[in-house]
Amino acid sequence: MKRNWLVWMPLLALAFVAGLAIFRLANPNTDYVSSEMVGKPLPEFTLPAATDGVEGLTTANFRDGKPRMLNIFASWCLPCQAEAPYLDQLKAAGVEFHAIAIRDKPEDVAKFLAQNGNPFVRIGADQDMLVQLQLGSSGVPETYIIDGKGRIAYQHIGDIREEHVGPLLKIYRSLK
Amino acid sequence: MIAELGLAALWLAASLALLQMLAGWAGWRQASEPLAALLRPVAIAQGLLCLLSFGALIWLFYITDLSVLLVAANSHVDKPMIFKIAATWGNHEGSMLLWVTVLALSSAAIALFERRLDKPTLSAAMMAQAALSLGFFAFLLFASNPFARLDPAPQTGAGLNPLLQDIGLAFHPPTLYFGYVGLSVAFSFAVGALLTSNAGASFARAMRPWVLLAWIFLTVGITAGSYWAYYELGWGGWWFWDPVENASLMPWLAATALLHSVSVLASRDALRAWTIMLALVAFAMSMLGTFLVRSGILTSVHAFAVDPERGSFILALMLLYIGGALTLFALKIGQVREGKLFRLISRESAIVGNNILLSVILAIVLLGTLWPLAAEAMGDRISVGPPYFNKTTIPLVFLLFLLLAVGPLLKWRGDDARSLRKLAIPGAVVIAMAVGVWATNPGVSLWAILGLALAAGIALASLFPLLGRNLLRTPLTIWGMVIAHLGLAITVAGMSAESGWTSEKLAALAIGESAEVGGWTVQLTDVTPVVGENWIAIEGRMSATSKGQAFVLTPQMRQFFNPTQQTTEAALLTRWDGQLYAVLAPATSDKREKWQVRLWWKPLVTLIWFGGLVIAFGGFLAFLGRLRIRFRRKPEENVWKQA
Amino acid sequence: MKWFAVLLLSFALPTLVAAQETVPPLANQQLADPGQEARATKLMSVIRCIQCQGQSIHDSDAPIAAAMRHEVRARVQSGENDAQINAWLKSRYGEWISFEPPSHGAGLVLWLLPVLLLGAALLVASSRFRKGKS
Repeated sequence: MKRNWLVWMPLLALAFVAGLAIFRLANPNTDYVSSEMVGKPLPEFTLPAATDGVEGLTTANFRDGKPRMLNIFASWCLPCQAEAPYLDQLKAAGVEFHAIAIRDKPEDVAKFLAQNGNPFVRIGADQDMLVQLQLGSSGVPETYIIDGKGRIAYQHIGDIREEHVGPLLKIYRSLK
Repeated sequence: MIAELGLAALWLAASLALLQMLAGWAGWRQASEPLAALLRPVAIAQGLLCLLSFGALIWLFYITDLSVLLVAANSHVDKPMIFKIAATWGNHEGSMLLWVTVLALSSAAIALFERRLDKPTLSAAMMAQAALSLGFFAFLLFASNPFARLDPAPQTGAGLNPLLQDIGLAFHPPTLYFGYVGLSVAFSFAVGALLTSNAGASFARAMRPWVLLAWIFLTVGITAGSYWAYYELGWGGWWFWDPVENASLMPWLAATALLHSVSVLASRDALRAWTIMLALVAFAMSMLGTFLVRSGILTSVHAFAVDPERGSFILALMLLYIGGALTLFALKIGQVREGKLFRLISRESAIVGNNILLSVILAIVLLGTLWPLAAEAMGDRISVGPPYFNKTTIPLVFLLFLLLAVGPLLKWRGDDARSLRKLAIPGAVVIAMAVGVWATNPGVSLWAILGLALAAGIALASLFPLLGRNLLRTPLTIWGMVIAHLGLAITVAGMSAESGWTSEKLAALAIGESAEVGGWTVQLTDVTPVVGENWIAIEGRMSATSKGQAFVLTPQMRQFFNPTQQTTEAALLTRWDGQLYAVLAPATSDKREKWQVRLWWKPLVTLIWFGGLVIAFGGFLAFLGRLRIRFRRKPEENVWKQA
Repeated sequence: MKWFAVLLLSFALPTLVAAQETVPPLANQQLADPGQEARATKLMSVIRCIQCQGQSIHDSDAPIAAAMRHEVRARVQSGENDAQINAWLKSRYGEWISFEPPSHGAGLVLWLLPVLLLGAALLVASSRFRKGKS
């Protein structure tokens, strides 16, 4: 009878909804958006220096055969301050850093670097976030690992913590 | 002291709910006469105790008793009084207490006012209602105690989210809750009917006013919420298919289908299975809605009181109640005798079409809202928003409009297509309007034009049931239907006008400069600081002129203090033919003297919410009509006084 | 109490006013051609703001939304069509960035659903009528 299997449909719908709900409650929302540019070449950009005493950043700076990490930060971003010691750790392990400062004034960047140290070789200023868009970045802080040919190998979203240093180093070294 | 009293009342009410459940069972099984006799007094007492408890919480907010954790977390000594009181339900625990109170009051109301339903079904229904209450009592008492104390008490309190410090908070949650939770009555009645296998016309006549009442509140609640978001959030949108908005729409869709279905069941004794299922689904959607809003599993700009742990509790309740009820439905609906038959062309089948379309729209909204989760479970990340919902639901809604025109003209049981000849006139009007508007308004979206034309068609078609009647002797219930459908036409006209003809203007203005939008010239005359009760603001004074008339608009950028948060307060100028909507924002830093101004002219936009209220008013007239018929025909009928 | 408020005002005013630093030019400036602006507005209403809770970039106040609005308007102005602009954004952020679900992969079921449901419902209803109910 047609009625027979139909009457179980609402219950099936409930099971489906419950399944999704349980999935989400068990795997909480990651809340961030990954870049689709991972695996693709770095987009072309040229950025002026973020503050006095540092040099600006262009894509060509990444194409000289040496892998690097690209740190996206801002002076108004608290987790960026928190990850400073781990950037230093990575630098001590041999990683070369470039950085992009998002929506920052030169004096604020200078203050930030004075307070938290400067592990970066070059720092570009992205005042209107347009280069951030080009990268597929969704916020600060983020760290990209770029290989020697200027290709984005990996994206780390959020601040770098103790547990991330090892894995990041591993990826970096595999690119040499 | 008051807090402990409130908590004690809650515990007492919970125990009475347990007693009510047992008494209901006794009445249903005709097991124990003395136990069954307790049903009515216990239900009424439970309702009163919850009301007492809720009143206690309101009192605590009124006097700002900061030794109560909830008050300390959501209120502040300097807050305006109306928001102190409304903050009672502007948080998770308080709104859950409201939910429980309305649930208990529903039990009391059934006990006080339901006189027609046969005793076994009524007892079973009250047993179900009490069972619902018990789960939520448990949730409230064990996981969301609103009366928890805070020691030591703070000095001032954390304050209420500024977005909630608005008159909308006084209207939107209470009406919505009376609607959501009011649907529990239909749910319980349906469970009762399944248990006694009695789902005929008399059952429907008893259930109908309860459905109507809940539906009216839901309609008002959604309308209020939409308008509140429109002027509070500051970007001029009135519906975004946001998960929380969808959570309120889904019960309404089910309730609307249920309303039509139960009317058919009441007058023609047909569509029994549909009606029972819709009654279960409607409250299921209410529970789903509250789960979605509170659990945080979906991102939403309207989300409040997010807590995944509590969300899990609600999910468990949902599985218990809805899973239980739907299983009961699947197992027992076969025992409910099929109602009277009807032919393909008949009013019943038009309402079946109505049910089908509304259910499909409900399914689309449900799936669309949850699909990002399903996609993520499959490894993809996608978004589902207005483009999807609009493209899929609007065509179906247009089909619904056709049914609205066709249905009331068809006879019950069976008719032929010739009855539809009357539609030639509205049909011609629709086509003429559509073509005319399309020809004179190039570039306007086809949906908007079609919507406008259909609105005119529905307006005409909704009047047809009045044709040939003595208007003074037409029953209120018919008037109710006519006005509700007319309200729908008004709402659709507003939606179409807004979506097709809104003009927007962005301008960076220095003081003295002006911008033009939609026939208005708006000049920024001044920008001054302004002080409010618990906020300070930068207020822009704008002079808006059109056709020789001048008005003043004062949008603000507000800085609240407790908590510290900035909001934009849009300025609205309402005219008979639309609204001027102005928002002020600071300009880019290198032009300190210029202000970023955002202006909209939205033609006929207020019709959207006016229409919503008209729809609710139509429902209210129908409700009055039902009461009148009921008490004129059988004033002595009272199931409680039967042996 | 009023003087206290005024004192507070003088401190808070700068934050209210200076809230917006530089945004790229086309973020809050409409395109000169109304047809282009209409197209840009339609696009912006369908593109999701990355940092906000489910808002479109047209509605959002967030700085990154401003950057995206500039990008969209600039591309509309330079002649790119909707498909190209959407493709560019998706090449950066994936399908998630558009409120319109894709018609392939995870989104296929969504688009098929209304047709399937309606068809199924009509089939069931019509078979019940055909079973000799007159």
